[in-house]
Amino acid sequence: MTGAWSAARLVVERDLRLAFRNRAQLLHPLLFFAIVTTLFPLALSPEASRLRDVAPGVLWVAALLSSLLAIEFLFRDDAQDGTLEQYALSGQSLTWLLFAKTVSHWLLAGLPLALMSPVAAYGLGVPTSAVPGIVASVALGTVALSLLGAVTAGLTIGIRRGGALLSLLTLPLAVPLLIFGAQATARAIAGSGIAGPMYFLAAFTVLGITLAPLAAAAAVRISLE
Amino acid sequence: MSAHRLTGDTLHVFRGERHVLRGLSFAAESGQYLEVSGANGAGKTSLLRTIVGLVQAESGSVEWNGRNIHADSRAYHAQLAWLGHDSPLKGDLSAIENLHYGTGIRRPVDAAAIDLALEEVDASRFADRPVRTLSAGQRRRVALAGVLLAAAPLWVLDEPATHLDAAGHALVGHLVERRIETGGIVIAAVHAPLPVQEAHTRRLGLSTK
Repeated sequence: MTGAWSAARLVVERDLRLAFRNRAQLLHPLLFFAIVTTLFPLALSPEASRLRDVAPGVLWVAALLSSLLAIEFLFRDDAQDGTLEQYALSGQSLTWLLFAKTVSHWLLAGLPLALMSPVAAYGLGVPTSAVPGIVASVALGTVALSLLGAVTAGLTIGIRRGGALLSLLTLPLAVPLLIFGAQATARAIAGSGIAGPMYFLAAFTVLGITLAPLAAAAAVRISLE
Repeated sequence: MSAHRLTGDTLHVFRGERHVLRGLSFAAESGQYLEVSGANGAGKTSLLRTIVGLVQAESGSVEWNGRNIHADSRAYHAQLAWLGHDSPLKGDLSAIENLHYGTGIRRPVDAAAIDLALEEVDASRFADRPVRTLSAGQRRRVALAGVLLAAAPLWVLDEPATHLDAAGHALVGHLVERRIETGGIVIAAVHAPLPVQEAHTRRLGLSTK
């Protein structure tokens, strides 16, 4: 019997390898993020002070929507080819394997988004002093988003054309992340401390780590039936 | 080698509104091959999915060695190799990689064991190619190698010989025969009977009512 850690490592390794063999799926959400954030300066006005005011909202709405694009792929392929069934019947804890899948999803969707956010921030006229705060808040916020996405994606895998339903389920639940994430970004831009909203994001992440894998496993079991 | 026993007791299974299995009972023990047959839609797949625990029976129970399979499902699943209707393989990975990850999460396997299993299902020639480029029959062979590698006493196979040629059909019969001779139990849903010794075979016919 494979140990829990090795099993999780194999799940993550397989997902990373698959993602690098099929890069388009990886790049689409990132391109979407880049395009949306560059459209705003074109549509509003190139005036730096004005852009700076809307930057937190723009960054976070773009990050949220592009995460949503990525969440759709979280379980879809594995559900279609029967890999999820094999996970459910592997003798390992399904909760744990899905947690590993969520980690690899964050590595492939959330982390690149956090790393790209300085570029988007620069395009919105954000001062460089705010960059560390923005990267940290997006990185933390996307962890919580991936965990939330695991639950809603698990619920919708059995449904054909579940994309719209997935958005309807995920977006309302992601509102707190949007509020506190944008708040952290705004405070980073203003140069005041971001600790407050970051604590809230961290609290949601901890709650997500505790409950989301359990809920995702239950959702996947229902969807597999 | 411990003897195993799998029993189903008056199973009632619904798929949506449809009452698919109506009070079905069965039993199989080490050294037996249970062949499930029936027309399309007779409930073969539903029965197999109930046996592995993916589908919950409305009433009745499935027991492995006298214990309800849902009592300790992880211990049960560790002793079970399931091959569904579709071969659970990733198109962008080679056969070897697929087995490395697929079997690896169940039990540690090394490259030599994977090579050996691929040889047994006559899949060595295309073991390095991305599974995407293989034919459906070749993919089925790779999936069967995965069943072999699971080293589980209980095999539950949904149309294992689908897409396979005549040689492949005989191969599946041979693999099943070997599994039951070494104390395993094999349950398979089939349309064409597998070439397994009559003495070891028990049949379960499902009918559409």
